[in-house]
Amino acid sequence: MPILSIQNVTKRYQDHLAVDDVSFDMPRGTILGLLGPNGAGKTSLIRIITTITQADTGRILFDGEPLSTFHPGQIGYLPEERGLYKKMKVGEHLIYLARLKGLKHDEAKRRIDEWMERFAMTEWWDKKVDELSKGMQQKVQFVSTIVHDPKLIILDEPFSGLDPLNTKLIKEEIARLQQKGMSVIFSTHRMEQVEEICKDIVLINQGRKILTGSVAVVKETYKDNIFEIKFSGDLPAGISQLEQVVAVSEQSLTFRSEQVSDANSFMQNLMNQKVMITGFKEILPTLNEIFIKLVTTTHE
Amino acid sequence: MNKLWLIIQREYLSRVKTKSFILTTLLGPFILGIFIVVVGLIFGYQSDETRDIVIIDEGNMLERKIKDTESFFFRFSDKTYTDIVAEKESKPFDAILVIPVLKEVADRKLVINYHSEDQLDIDGMLALQGIIGDKIRDYKIKELSLDSEQLDNLRTSITVNPEPLDPDDEEEGAAGATPITTVVGAIIGGFMGFVMYMIVFINGMMVMRSVMEEKTNRIVEVMISTVKPFQLMMGKLIGVGGVGLTQILVWAILIPLIVMGTNLFFGFDTGQAIDLSEASGELNTDDLEIMVAQVTAELRAVNWWLIVPCFVIFFLGGYLVYSSLFAAVGSAIGDDMAESQALTMPITIPVILALYIMFAAIRAPNSSLAVWSSIFPLFSPIVMPARLAFDPPAWQILLSIALLLATAWGAVWVSARIYRTGILMYGKKGSFKEIWKWIRAKQ
Repeated sequence: MPILSIQNVTKRYQDHLAVDDVSFDMPRGTILGLLGPNGAGKTSLIRIITTITQADTGRILFDGEPLSTFHPGQIGYLPEERGLYKKMKVGEHLIYLARLKGLKHDEAKRRIDEWMERFAMTEWWDKKVDELSKGMQQKVQFVSTIVHDPKLIILDEPFSGLDPLNTKLIKEEIARLQQKGMSVIFSTHRMEQVEEICKDIVLINQGRKILTGSVAVVKETYKDNIFEIKFSGDLPAGISQLEQVVAVSEQSLTFRSEQVSDANSFMQNLMNQKVMITGFKEILPTLNEIFIKLVTTTHE
Repeated sequence: MNKLWLIIQREYLSRVKTKSFILTTLLGPFILGIFIVVVGLIFGYQSDETRDIVIIDEGNMLERKIKDTESFFFRFSDKTYTDIVAEKESKPFDAILVIPVLKEVADRKLVINYHSEDQLDIDGMLALQGIIGDKIRDYKIKELSLDSEQLDNLRTSITVNPEPLDPDDEEEGAAGATPITTVVGAIIGGFMGFVMYMIVFINGMMVMRSVMEEKTNRIVEVMISTVKPFQLMMGKLIGVGGVGLTQILVWAILIPLIVMGTNLFFGFDTGQAIDLSEASGELNTDDLEIMVAQVTAELRAVNWWLIVPCFVIFFLGGYLVYSSLFAAVGSAIGDDMAESQALTMPITIPVILALYIMFAAIRAPNSSLAVWSSIFPLFSPIVMPARLAFDPPAWQILLSIALLLATAWGAVWVSARIYRTGILMYGKKGSFKEIWKWIRAKQ
């Protein structure tokens, strides 16, 4: 049973359609990348999942049950536009948010102590939020998102404003949480992070779902059948003029080939002509390229 | 419910624990007292300038007799105007007052000329008119051979003493009332109306700023993924309202203590002096001790058991009406304080109007303006407390409370609808048209 099942969800704001008949299932215990350009409808969809707003039509099942106001307690949401009460002390603030999520005071304190130790921020407990740097505040916000052990974590641009060290720390935590069995929705427009972290993606544009599936399958589907050969020495004359050759540089040659067998024959041909081959691979498109391609075609 | 309680706690404690709250709460009564004294001094301020005035009394009507005052020192001169001016070096003066001869004793108008290099201020002019007018009156009495004592007896000092229709009716507010009752009622009324205005206004603005802050620093999105917008808004309203109530409570204890302390400090024996005050029935402004005793006695006679609970109810109602609207405005504007002016204006105008009506109401607590304003729910929280010390009829208080509570419910309902949409709107400025859409929108 998927942790989350979105079925034909539509949401209209006065004059525009923010979410347009979107459906997908999210398998339990996975990290799902929710992708889309700015204004695509990611935040609108997330607000529906977190019950901040309600869908006009469609159905959402959370852990097999129709989504209700009971479920936000099992969701941890780190919004893109996030903040904290500036005058509150860090410890007091975390306990407040944890208690709103339904934890008892002592339990909340115990868990927060653990997290603060893990993130090496125990000495922040009595500091006021506005004494912390932006990166430090992000860590506090991350702790507040997961402290109640939610079944589903929704992270909207979690790395914005973080230095590389803290980005690595949070990435490792996301991986660890997934291993513990939590499901994570990772919303962003930073594609390289998606490739690194997510197994599955959903791509939204102008409110509509335009792509879904595992990262590997998506790349396979949208590949351009481009291969690259690395070589040393010189190429025989006339090779670079061939129709299927895309580009030639100092030590590498890229070419298009519909079939892998044809690509092999091409390489064989080169070897027969005494070219010293040092490498051979298929070039798969990056998610970024697929993203740009799909988004520009849907805009057209 | 549990979440609402957590929010209330945070909103309340985060304010009550601040130094500024503790200071304003403890010093508030003193500051207000100082404010009242300073205002009194400003209004009572008289020119401290003194002038030497030479009088040329052409008809010798004043018979060279006139008393100096604090501001004017007079001397008579038989010399001509030009001679006096010529001698200014040796016999300096500030002004020459020329009083011409009164042609007929029956003349009711006389123009006297005040020659000076300095402008005569209004206070000085009125004082001179009074002094010279009295002297001319004496002159006329003498000329007409009237008996000045008999004339003085024509004047009678009147005191209006409020009494109930039925002399046995001790329950009615007017029973045992003296003219001081009216004065003390006005003071209590004005004080309560003003305190109400301050508390409603300050706390309402506090709610608005707090909503704006939550919206601009983006905590709101985290919050409403956990609690309903209505819970967040109500938690804030109740929490901040609790802060206001705490302040009222502390003042309700502190002010009588200060009054008692002052009495002890100055050694006023209030118990002994009460009989005097009841006997005379007039505010004795000459003897400070008796005056304090009179006022203290009146304060004791006021029906606090009616006034204090009513004050709390009107505070809660008025606070809910205004602060919920302030919360709605805060949610619609975000961080732009300048932008907020247009939206806060429709809320602040009734509050300020109510304050002015309240000042009129303490002078005429039973005028139709005062009565209807104290029933109209946007004004009643400020105007009705001012009337309470004058014992308004019960039906007016009850009607006023009923209307106020109904309005509070309506204001909270409308505000909640604006708030739930407003807090999530970034970049979009809430115009009146936009807000109207939010009120009608389905969630």
